[in-house]
Amino acid sequence: MMALLEVKDLKVRVEEREILHGLTLTVNEGEVHAIMGPNGSGKSTLSHVIAGKPGYEVTDGQILFKGEDLLEMEPDERAAKGVFLAFQYPVEIPGVATMNFLRTALNAQRKARGESEYSTPDFLKKVREVSKSLNIPQDMLKRGVNVGFSGGEKKRNEVLQMALFEPSLCILDEMDSGLDIDALRIAADGVNALRSPKRSMVVITHYQRLLNYIVPDVVHVMSRGRVVKSGGKELALELEASGYAQFEAA
Amino acid sequence: MPAVQETVERVKRIDVDQYRYGFETLIESDKAPKGLSEETVKFISEKKNEPAWMLQWRLEAYRRWLTMQEPTWARVDYPKIDFQDLYYYAAPKPKKTVSSLDEIDPEILKTYEKLGIPLREVAMLEGVEPKPGEEDPARRKIAVDAVFDSVSVATTFKAELKKAGVIFMPISEAIREHPELVQKYLGSVVPTSDNFYATLNSAVFSDGSFVYVPPGVRCPMELSTYFRINERNTGQFERTLIIADKGSYVSYLEGCTAPQRDENQLHAAVVELVALDDAEIKYSTVQNWYPGNSEGKGGIYNFVTKRGDCRGANSKISWTQVETGSAITWKYPSCILRGDNSRGEFYSIAISNGFQQVDSGTKMIHLGKNTSSRIISKGIAAGRSQNTYRGLVTAHRKATGARNFTACDSLLIGDKCGAHTVPYIEAKNSSATFEHEATTSKISEDVLFYCIQRGLSQEEAVGLVVNGFVKDVLQQLPMEFAVEAQKLISISLEGSVG
Ligand SMILES: Nc1ncnc2c1ncn2[C@@H]1O[C@H](COP(=O)(O)OP(=O)(O)OP(=O)(O)O)[C@@H](O)[C@H]1O
Ligand SMILES: [Mg+2]
Repeated sequence: MMALLEVKDLKVRVEEREILHGLTLTVNEGEVHAIMGPNGSGKSTLSHVIAGKPGYEVTDGQILFKGEDLLEMEPDERAAKGVFLAFQYPVEIPGVATMNFLRTALNAQRKARGESEYSTPDFLKKVREVSKSLNIPQDMLKRGVNVGFSGGEKKRNEVLQMALFEPSLCILDEMDSGLDIDALRIAADGVNALRSPKRSMVVITHYQRLLNYIVPDVVHVMSRGRVVKSGGKELALELEASGYAQFEAA
Repeated sequence: MPAVQETVERVKRIDVDQYRYGFETLIESDKAPKGLSEETVKFISEKKNEPAWMLQWRLEAYRRWLTMQEPTWARVDYPKIDFQDLYYYAAPKPKKTVSSLDEIDPEILKTYEKLGIPLREVAMLEGVEPKPGEEDPARRKIAVDAVFDSVSVATTFKAELKKAGVIFMPISEAIREHPELVQKYLGSVVPTSDNFYATLNSAVFSDGSFVYVPPGVRCPMELSTYFRINERNTGQFERTLIIADKGSYVSYLEGCTAPQRDENQLHAAVVELVALDDAEIKYSTVQNWYPGNSEGKGGIYNFVTKRGDCRGANSKISWTQVETGSAITWKYPSCILRGDNSRGEFYSIAISNGFQQVDSGTKMIHLGKNTSSRIISKGIAAGRSQNTYRGLVTAHRKATGARNFTACDSLLIGDKCGAHTVPYIEAKNSSATFEHEATTSKISEDVLFYCIQRGLSQEEAVGLVVNGFVKDVLQQLPMEFAVEAQKLISISLEGSVG
């Protein structure tokens, strides 16, 4: 099986403080990996570094995406190549209609890949389909990006974008936080619909419950900036029962 | 490097000389001798075949000007202007009056082409009529009174406007053809003694637009003027006078670009609007003059006096402006709310980048009963620019029930620029209700990254976020202008992110 994402011995500093201390992780094509770990263990930091957020200093190690050096690429280039990060805290962009944002972003990605822009009817059709399956009313798409959206709506908007952009790597940072049980199921169904042999996912969560809906191939436990244990989906149940203490990194 | 930091770094390297609309047109010109004197004033008046009363009016203004001082209260800083080292008049020559666009110097038409405003040009050059029931903005008619280097060279759509009874012509022509209207209204909103630059303008104004809309008439098209400065060292002194008679309506668009050059250029325009009972004037500006190069050298000095007089009851004047150009902007489009129940509006987007200095805002003077005003100002500062909103809202003793709402928002890009809000509020009667809101924020690193993660380049992300920030104001512009303004906003911020 081909590795889509290879994180090798990654060391990352934020403002002079090392947060990731040599993290290694390999995600093969088509696999769904879950990352669990206590608050502050570095899960969001990892996702940000993969996506290319400024402010992080990689002091050692590498990240390969489809065999290419990801750290050499600009963040928008990474997006166009298929890296998608569903944020733990999606931001609001006042005055920019969601629909306009979706189109601008999608066309920017397509342009970067040398593909033609979507025609308006094709685009609208696609958005309508996807938003319907995610139970997102059309009216919401006329509003500013995430402006006045409830916590659950913001998360669904992330899944909507994921479905539209069709990335090959989806990183979902706590997409279950703030979702009620119905919203969780809808969002998880949306994610499951996107599972494919060509697409990999990294699902960051604190709760085993999400993994009942999105069943992972591999579960990793992160602690203090490292992956300290990896296993099958049963590892999540084990964690749920006994907590993180047994896996604490030295 | 954090995005904001990177933005700052890139701003340091910007070269505003890549200024999009930087080009010059080679046209022979007919200049007044350098410097300002009674002779210069007479020269200009003579060139324009003006009646004696007009020359007298100019000379009085000139004499007045000699006694005045340049104002220093604005938050702008520039080397002293040597008023004797400027030319005060330049006309493209030789020029005969033209009745159709075919007769216009192809050089001039080419200039318009380079401005790259295809929508408008289609409308302008072809005069396409919208199909019945169809309001396609691209095909909506716009009458263009082109002012090229101080002299109006083309006036189109005259016939149709004439049918409606609307007078739209260069003010120099109006002085000869409609002296009664000009004499009655010229200087009635901005008196010759108003301020240093307005007085200077009164003495030496070269040309500009004149509009008169008769009672009850809704002007059948948007009126538009493109003008640009095209002569080295020539002060540009536009004079515009718009009168909306009782129950009439007119929308006027003003937009301009300028060629790049080294010397600073003084621009001191005066715009006067008069709205009589139940009349409405909508005045929109997109201003994109040369802002100066990466060292802050060159660029236009834009000292403008714009004022509207809601002279009649229930009248309304609305100013919308998108200011992106000029090295220095000193500009306060204002409304005098004289008529009872009259309304004034001011919607503004002011963008500054590089070394630009903007000091702009508005004055709402409530004189009549139950008058209302609304001010929405969006300032965006990038690079090493300074962006000041300066606003005055007053209610006089008799202005019972006066209402104002003001919202001033500033957005900072980088940390070498500044945004300032200077509101003056003065209510001389207790029934006035004035509300004022102001915010200043930095463009958010997280918001930019969100956009970039979704595939936008840093520059596109900034453009998107800023366009969102100014949306409330953009919406006030006529559609085709809004599209153009949106592009301009992105262009003017291009330097800010490399
Ligand atoms: N910009 C920053 N400046 C300083 N410290 C930071 C910054 N970003 C992250 N950290 C620190 O890095 C550590 C890891 O944070 P991170 O957000 O990656 O944790 P997490 O595993 O996602 O936690 P949670 O489960 O609460 O979301 C924390 O101690 C956090 O305070
Ligand atoms: Mg986190």
